[in-house]
Amino acid sequence: MVDTTEQELLRLALPIESADSPRARAIRALLLRKAAVFGLLLIMLFTGLALLAPLIAPYDPTAQSWANVRKAPSLAHWFGTDEVGRDVLSRLLYGARASLMAGGISIAIALSIGAPLGMVAGYLGGFVDALLSRLTDAMLAIPFLILAIALAAFLGPSLGNAMIAIGVSTAPIFVRLTRAQVMTVKVEDYVEGARAVGNPRWRIAVVHILPNIVPALLVQATLSIAAAIIAEASLSFLGLGQQPPAPSWGSMLNSAQRFLASAPWLAIWPGIAIFLTVLSFNLVGDGLRDALDPRRR
Amino acid sequence: MLTFFGKRLLQLLPTLLFVSLIIFLLQHLLPGDPALVMAGEEKDPQVIAQIRAQYHLDQPIPIQYLYWLNGVVHGDLGESLRIKQPVLDLVLEKLPVTAQLATIAMLIALVIGIGAGVVSAVKKGSAWDYGANAFALWGISTPNFWLGIMLIFLFSVRLGWLPASGYVSLFEDWRTSLASTIMPAFVLGNAIAAILMRHTRSAMLTVLDSDYVRTARAKGLPERTVILKHAMRNALTPVITLGALEFGTLLSGAVLTEQIFSIPGFGKLIVDAVFNRDYAVVQGVVLVTATIYIVLNLLADIAYVLVNPRLRT
Repeated sequence: MVDTTEQELLRLALPIESADSPRARAIRALLLRKAAVFGLLLIMLFTGLALLAPLIAPYDPTAQSWANVRKAPSLAHWFGTDEVGRDVLSRLLYGARASLMAGGISIAIALSIGAPLGMVAGYLGGFVDALLSRLTDAMLAIPFLILAIALAAFLGPSLGNAMIAIGVSTAPIFVRLTRAQVMTVKVEDYVEGARAVGNPRWRIAVVHILPNIVPALLVQATLSIAAAIIAEASLSFLGLGQQPPAPSWGSMLNSAQRFLASAPWLAIWPGIAIFLTVLSFNLVGDGLRDALDPRRR
Repeated sequence: MLTFFGKRLLQLLPTLLFVSLIIFLLQHLLPGDPALVMAGEEKDPQVIAQIRAQYHLDQPIPIQYLYWLNGVVHGDLGESLRIKQPVLDLVLEKLPVTAQLATIAMLIALVIGIGAGVVSAVKKGSAWDYGANAFALWGISTPNFWLGIMLIFLFSVRLGWLPASGYVSLFEDWRTSLASTIMPAFVLGNAIAAILMRHTRSAMLTVLDSDYVRTARAKGLPERTVILKHAMRNALTPVITLGALEFGTLLSGAVLTEQIFSIPGFGKLIVDAVFNRDYAVVQGVVLVTATIYIVLNLLADIAYVLVNPRLRT
């Protein structure tokens, strides 16, 4: 029996142990990386700006003003105005919503398709694995953006369909990653133990395998959000994403192209916004990968 | 060795079959009756009947697929509804344009990516290393269509040094061709250069830490010889094969780059087809792109095995 002193010692020891858990160690390692912290701060800043857009945007992002067509940056319009007199800063702030939403939702779609299929392929093996692997190979053989363009073209141009197209095109990466991770984890002793005591397959997969593959999925998801933001901007640039007059950084760049000589600011700000957002997710993704991989610490 | 090639070729078949199935099923994503959607604004019953007959839309889906696959295998990718030309002819007409752009882009990516990666690894921890890493991060975070617009602004609008758009074949007039291709090729190669830089750096760091490099240094060989003859030769093998795999990224990037620089290639063909609702062309371009990618993948695998005898078993 454990006496009171021992119980007290155990209680005291718990926080130390939990503070030193793999998750705590990874968070500490992540926060020690200046670049990753910078990326995190940028993501928080852009998310905050996107959420607060209705409160902080100086103008209605769709309000046209023929008296203010292509005005250079000034005190009234900090980032200038576009070809129909709309305030560029307000459109940038609202455009952040489309970009971040597209990044997050499309990767959520990719994860929700890719992770379960990868789990099934990796865990069951055999014919199911062979079938899913060939399907994944086939999807990966079609260049990502070309597949997304084709899907968006057939689904019809809209932000929602662009997100579905990006999500479906990204899913094979998660199938392959999850499958590989599951195949590594499923032969571990603790999984064998769980199987030996009679746990059903679904329980082993969800309770014992899934938590151990989350770090790898998290790193890939962060890096994929960066790629998805570029993909959404690309689709909107081509006219297959956010539809006018709703603002999106990609479509802003599309119309800016025609006024490069007379209004270069139209092309500069949306580009910088895409670059910084993508950079921030790449920095955090790189930082997470290093923090979660003991060999890289 | 032959067994390896045979196995690898056999593995291609199911992948190609699945690719064809995915591309075929794309047309069934169209909301409503595909024949009506494909006919677009024009609701001419004759056109609709022609589409229905051309795509066998009155048959069950598996039969439609078999008809379509049979056509594809015999080089019939359908006909463009707008231009009234076989899709294969259109694709073959545009392919050399994109191939020229992609090849120059890959050369730029290899030179910059490998150069920066080697310097970064050799001078690890120095300002060169930080600079090369910053370049890589910039490269993978910059949307290539924005970079293209900015380069047009600088070199065409402001300085007037390079043409903002257009295409001339290398075989027609190589000077004009290079002048019109250099900007789009750089835009296209930039992101790949960043990826190659990261892989080269990582491979070089591993090789520079190996016993045979230590031995080469211990023998008193000049550092230049150690790096160029001993380290680089081994470090670059996986990097170059990886370069072949990045061709898919190049083809993706070409869609936007060709749009920005008005280059009449493969990418512009698919974008124009999307807006003209010319779905057979969209399917044809996707199919040809995927096939090119699969073949390059196979060649990269074979090249990798050829230079790594240990993998031949």
